[in-house]
Amino acid sequence: MSIISKKSKQIIADPLMGNNPITLQVLGICSALAVTLKVDTALVMTLTVVCVLSISNTLISLLRNLIPSKVRIVVQLSIIASLVILADEILQAYMYEFSKQLTVFVGLIITNCIIMGRAEAFAMQNPPGKAFLDGFGNAMGYGIILIVVSLFRELLGNGTVYGFQIIPEFFYSMGYENNGLMVLSPGAFIILGLIVWVHRIFANIEEEA
Amino acid sequence: MLEYYLSLLTKAIFVENILLVYFLGMCSFLAISKRVDTSIGLGFAVIFVLTITAPANWAIHHFFLKKGALAWAGYPDIDLSFLNYIVFIAVIAAMVQLVEMILDRFSPTLYYNLGIFLPLIAVNCAILGGSLFLVEREYTLMESTIFGFGSGLGWFLAIVSMASIRYRLRYSNVPSKLRGLGITMLLTGLISMAFMAFSGIDL
Repeated sequence: MSIISKKSKQIIADPLMGNNPITLQVLGICSALAVTLKVDTALVMTLTVVCVLSISNTLISLLRNLIPSKVRIVVQLSIIASLVILADEILQAYMYEFSKQLTVFVGLIITNCIIMGRAEAFAMQNPPGKAFLDGFGNAMGYGIILIVVSLFRELLGNGTVYGFQIIPEFFYSMGYENNGLMVLSPGAFIILGLIVWVHRIFANIEEEA
Repeated sequence: MLEYYLSLLTKAIFVENILLVYFLGMCSFLAISKRVDTSIGLGFAVIFVLTITAPANWAIHHFFLKKGALAWAGYPDIDLSFLNYIVFIAVIAAMVQLVEMILDRFSPTLYYNLGIFLPLIAVNCAILGGSLFLVEREYTLMESTIFGFGSGLGWFLAIVSMASIRYRLRYSNVPSKLRGLGITMLLTGLISMAFMAFSGIDL
């Protein structure tokens, strides 16, 4: 008997690839694109969402038998909003530079559909342990997409990854130029569209248009 | 002065389109843009709610939450701005509820048409995003109202054009794995590129 049972492994692994919240469930795209200009901001955003989503899922699951079903949305929203306020204050205190770069998008985690969606679909029916794993897995699935998009955008748009120069100097002297479109918003849409396409080819999923 | 407001309006609608440049309100944009008539309904509801919540949240921020805002009550040192998020989302939810009740009472047809979309709007990032932007950019009351209306109109334009394109797309042969989300994202990228042609316009 391993420490992590097969079922819990599945709860974590499933949203990472097979049932990814962004590419399949189409949740949380709003913030997924705005913070992907650079890899480091995407990492900070991922970290914040992982914390908020795992804690909110655990809390909501702990309270699930106490929350009257008629007002459950309000209760969920206030739990999530309080956690986001906490996260925002912590970011401002310890990572001020990033909190400046992320601007309003930290606050917008409140309306990130992934968090409400997981609370509603999973945490309300499952015990805290499982809900924590589910929150963690989904936030990581969201983070992976965020990081992949930002990798491409930073590499193609600036020639760097995580601030390090990747494309060598002599490429530029041979006439290579950074793709300015990647730094602008259309680049994010197109990269995400292509990622969705590739992911669906590998996962073999079709959608009725 | 009028010119300045006009320029703010065009900026909110075209140059800094809340959907195509700031990626806000994507979830409902992707889900609803399958049909033209429903996206027109949702678009109007968003314009309506954004135009109301922007000045309302401005007033709350300005008179209650901002640092030093409670000076009129005799507490000049209090800074409640960390409460912004939770208060804004509550105001938005309350406004949506209020709009729903008013419409139900005075215009049952419009209520019937918008009915299902109104509750959805409470969790639309574009609405909360609009309120957070006006705090960050330190707009005045008039600027906030114009910004709210402009952003709503920009969102309306984006979703209606997307729905019309998707309607035409039904007859084209899209690769099977690209159907749905994939092609919609690529198309949004193209629309966003087209909107970039507006950047640099300054009235």
